[in-house]
Amino acid sequence: MEDKEMKGRFGEYGGQYIPETLMNAVNELEEAYNKYKDDPEFVKELDDLMKNYAGRPSLLYEAKKMTEDLGGAKIYLKREDLNHTGAHKINNVLGQCLLAKKMGKTRAIAETGAGQHGVATATVAALMGLECEIFMGKLDTERQALNVYRMKLLGAKVNAIETGTKTLKDAVNAAMREWTSRISDTHYVLGSVMGPHPFPTIVRDFQKCIGEEIKAQMIEKEGRLPDVVMACVGGGSNAIGTFYDFIGDKEVELIGCEAAGEGADTPRTAATLATGKVGIFHGMKSLFCQDEYGQIAPVYSISAGLDYPGIGPEHAWLNEIGRAKYVPITDEEAVDAFEYLSRTEGIIPAIESSHALAYAMKLAPTMDKNKIIVVTVSGRGDKDVAAIARYRGEQIYD
Amino acid sequence: MTDYKNIKISDAFNHGKAMIAFVTGGDPDLETTEKLLPAMQKAGADLIEIGIPFSDPIAEGPVIQDANERALAKGCTTDHLFDMVKRVRESGKVTVPMVFLTYANPIYTYGKERFMSKCQECGINGVIVPDIPFEEKEEFLPEATKYGVDIISMIAPTSDERIIKIAKEATGFLYVVSSLGVTGVRTQITSDIGSMIELVRKASDIPAAVGFGISTPEQAKKMAETSDGSIVGSAIVKIVAKYGKDCIPYVQEYIRSLNEAIKGTEKISA
Repeated sequence: MEDKEMKGRFGEYGGQYIPETLMNAVNELEEAYNKYKDDPEFVKELDDLMKNYAGRPSLLYEAKKMTEDLGGAKIYLKREDLNHTGAHKINNVLGQCLLAKKMGKTRAIAETGAGQHGVATATVAALMGLECEIFMGKLDTERQALNVYRMKLLGAKVNAIETGTKTLKDAVNAAMREWTSRISDTHYVLGSVMGPHPFPTIVRDFQKCIGEEIKAQMIEKEGRLPDVVMACVGGGSNAIGTFYDFIGDKEVELIGCEAAGEGADTPRTAATLATGKVGIFHGMKSLFCQDEYGQIAPVYSISAGLDYPGIGPEHAWLNEIGRAKYVPITDEEAVDAFEYLSRTEGIIPAIESSHALAYAMKLAPTMDKNKIIVVTVSGRGDKDVAAIARYRGEQIYD
Repeated sequence: MTDYKNIKISDAFNHGKAMIAFVTGGDPDLETTEKLLPAMQKAGADLIEIGIPFSDPIAEGPVIQDANERALAKGCTTDHLFDMVKRVRESGKVTVPMVFLTYANPIYTYGKERFMSKCQECGINGVIVPDIPFEEKEEFLPEATKYGVDIISMIAPTSDERIIKIAKEATGFLYVVSSLGVTGVRTQITSDIGSMIELVRKASDIPAAVGFGISTPEQAKKMAETSDGSIVGSAIVKIVAKYGKDCIPYVQEYIRSLNEAIKGTEKISA
């Protein structure tokens, strides 16, 4: 695996395609990360925050009713929804903000789609005394109004971005532009395994605890590794966190579930692996939904956290070498899974995570009862309740 | 074939300080851009940058972002711009060097080889790609070199010690980014351009022109005094946005005023 990380590359993917103005900032970040990642004091501090603030390790829950109902493989849920702030995003944010503090930064900026990363950043900024500014597409601020207020409550300034498609991609553009104008005191807390090196590596390292815990918990509960681990993929941080520790375990199948929106064969989709081509955008070479002239496509998904036109470079690589498989899941399938898990297990999952659950619902019945599937529930679905009600034709406003 | 194949970026710096003018291709439409290019040369532009519109121009401020959106909404494509540039070159009306400014993805997706060979064929002398820093130069360099297209390197106020290695390998001219942040008009430029240029001179005698934030003749003059030229973009695009298809005389008048300030106090005839 070492060769693929040369110069922040995963095969041909990755790299540092950013304006010169930011180059010293990412170099400084890389140096700081290399200095602190194995520093015993940093590791101890982060470990303490993960345990006593975020609530790690998160539970690995055996979904007995779901397993029984689907009648195939045994299903376990990795409950990232039970973390403080309700999603896996906190893992990365604690790591990056602690690093930013060590670097002497006093201000944190972040993009957000569904608002989970923004909420996590606002939360940790409050905890660590960092000034905080969040960039969120105007459309997403409407879809996720409650999270906007949550961020404000936590003391963050929220900027609604009115350019382009007014969603996650435009929020990333705005956060990058902001970072180029204010670098010396500001750290950009990138929320996924994307962007220029070293972000895809740093974010993955802060998220890999998900898979490490799954492995230990699985050994404890079942005395063996699972047959399949799966997670939803937008940029891909909860998925890479889930997959990473299993990459060397060839017998474990890795499946990423991306947002097909109204269908991967329609223009209203965000299924990057199914429809994207190699390109260079947001600091990285990876796969992107785009037209023949390289214009980034206006993607769509019911999930504000997955409607991103690209995917992290390590996923592009895992896909290329065939180590992980990626499947598109439609809005309708995800909403069905959202409702299904709520009624079957009494767990309301995030609409993002529901994409992974939807595929588990398809896959489990086709597998033997002695097989095991682990699905990462990346976040909780309270934020999505109003949007799902609207999708089903009930007018509820949050 | 006319002799436009002999035009080089260095031509822009052969008669004093250079006035470098930017315009977004296809804004408000292709026809207007086609008329603007010779008009800009006539008004004194020594080098013209044409922006290939991109859906997500992360180095641009609101003015040029909007221009990109307008051009794309009108259906402007990379091929339209290549064809238009070729017509302008073949007409002999634009003899100053021209470069494209765009982002990595439109070039990559068009096909590196195809893009660079088209540049040569149509008379584009260089490309400015804000999201290709020194470390990623190899992405396009082999194809660019093969077809004689200069990749314009940029240095920024945050570049510090990087300036020397960037300047050493720079070709065409060096784009000195005057300020932090994105493109757009600024009332004040506070970076120490003088010391940035000093570092450049230690490494290379490549012409260095300053851009980002320049809008008044006074600023253009001041920046050109410490460098080899001034680059003006957003202020021109603003005029295009205001007057649309009728922008040509206004852009010309503006470029003339900048050029007079840059070249010296005496009036330059149109």
